[in-house]
Amino acid sequence: MKIAIASGKGGTGKTTIATSLAHLAATDGRTVAYLDCDVEEPNGHLFLKPQILREEPINKLIPVVDADRCTHCGLCSQACRFGAIACVGQQTLIFTELCHSCGGCLLVCPQEAIREVPKPIGLLRIGTSGPLQFVEGVLNVGEAMSPPAIHAVKDAAPDVDLTILDCPPGTSCPVIESVRGCDHLLLVTEPTPFGLNDLKLAVEMARALKLRFGVAVNRANTGDREVWSYCRRQRIDILAEIPDDRAVAEAYSRGEIVVESVPQVAECIRSLLETLQSGAPA
Amino acid sequence: MKVAVTAQGADLDSPVDPRFGRAKYFLLVDTDSGEFTAHDNVQNLNALQGAGIQAAQAVVNLGAQAVLTGNVGPKAFTTLQAGQVAIYPHASGTVRQAVEQWRSGNLQPAAKANVEGHWS
Repeated sequence: MKIAIASGKGGTGKTTIATSLAHLAATDGRTVAYLDCDVEEPNGHLFLKPQILREEPINKLIPVVDADRCTHCGLCSQACRFGAIACVGQQTLIFTELCHSCGGCLLVCPQEAIREVPKPIGLLRIGTSGPLQFVEGVLNVGEAMSPPAIHAVKDAAPDVDLTILDCPPGTSCPVIESVRGCDHLLLVTEPTPFGLNDLKLAVEMARALKLRFGVAVNRANTGDREVWSYCRRQRIDILAEIPDDRAVAEAYSRGEIVVESVPQVAECIRSLLETLQSGAPA
Repeated sequence: MKVAVTAQGADLDSPVDPRFGRAKYFLLVDTDSGEFTAHDNVQNLNALQGAGIQAAQAVVNLGAQAVLTGNVGPKAFTTLQAGQVAIYPHASGTVRQAVEQWRSGNLQPAAKANVEGHWS
C-alpha cells in the first residue's frame, strides 16, 4: 500500500507526520519504506537519520543536435511545446533547462539528427533507518525541474508492505508526480485562512486525479474552525486532529521523531495509521 | 534596413513594450521607407515558458536586423545573437521615438543580456 502525505501549504507538518507514520509502522514489524519526494528541500533524513548504503546520480534525458545532419528545418522547434528549441539561421539552439525530456523533437526530426543524452540533475540516496527502508532524492541547486528526480525516487522504492511518500508542498507538477499512483492521499492542513485556502487547492487536485484522500488537521486547537466547516460541507473525512503542543516543537527542533518523544501525539498518529490502512471511507 | 520594435499596440504611436519575450506586438519598421508591419506576439505572451526564445526566433524569421526594446534576458539574447540580430535595449517612449533614438545613435547595442533569466 502506498500512502502519500501532501498539503497545499508548506510548513503544516507533512514531514513530521510522514516520518512518524513510517517509523511507527516499521517498528510494528511490517516492511515499510519512507520516500522523500520533496527533492528541492528533503528534510526527512534529519529525523530518520538513515544510514546511506548507496548513492546514484539522477539523470534526465536532453536532446543533442548533430550539426552535420541538421538542415535547420525548424520542425523540432515547432514541435517543442516547452519553447526550448530555436532554429535561427544556420543554428539550432537547445535550452536544456527548459526541456521536459518528452522526446518529441526526436520523433519529428526528418534527418534523425537529434539524439538524447543523460544530464545529471541530482542525487538518489538509499539506505535504512533501523527497520525502515529510506530513499531520498536531492535536486542539484539551480536545477529548475524536479519531476524527473521525483520519478527516480519512486522508481528506486523497494518492494514493501507499506510505502510512505513525503511530498513537496503546493499543487503543481512536483506534487502531481509525487502523489500519482498512491492508494491513499493524506492532506495535512492547519486551521488558518492560509491552511484552508491551500487545502482547497489540494482537494481540487486530489479530485482531478481521482485519488482517495482524507485530511489531517495539525495544531488543531489553534486558529479558527473554518477547516472543519469546509470539510463538513464537502463531505471530506478528517482522519486526524493533532493538538498543538510545545513538546512537539521541541522534539522537532532537536531532530527527534515526534512519535518517539511525545506520547499523546504518538497515540494520534497510531490511530491515523490504522485508519489509513483500513481502507476507511474516501 | 528592417528594425523590430517591441510595442504595446499595433501602430507607431504605441508605447514601446519594455518586455521582449512577452511584448504585445512586434512592429517591423523599414527605416528607409518608414513603412511598417505589426505582428502580434500573443502566442508567446501566454507561453508558460520559453517566451524569450520563441519571440527571438520569430523576430529572426521576420528578417529584422536589429531589435529595439526595453529589456532582454539571456536566452532571448543568445537566440537573437545566433540569428545575427543586433540588440538595443533601454528603448523608451513611442515606437516612432524609439526608432528616432536609434537613428540618431542614442541607443547603444548590448553586448550581453541586461536582465536575468526567470529560471536561474
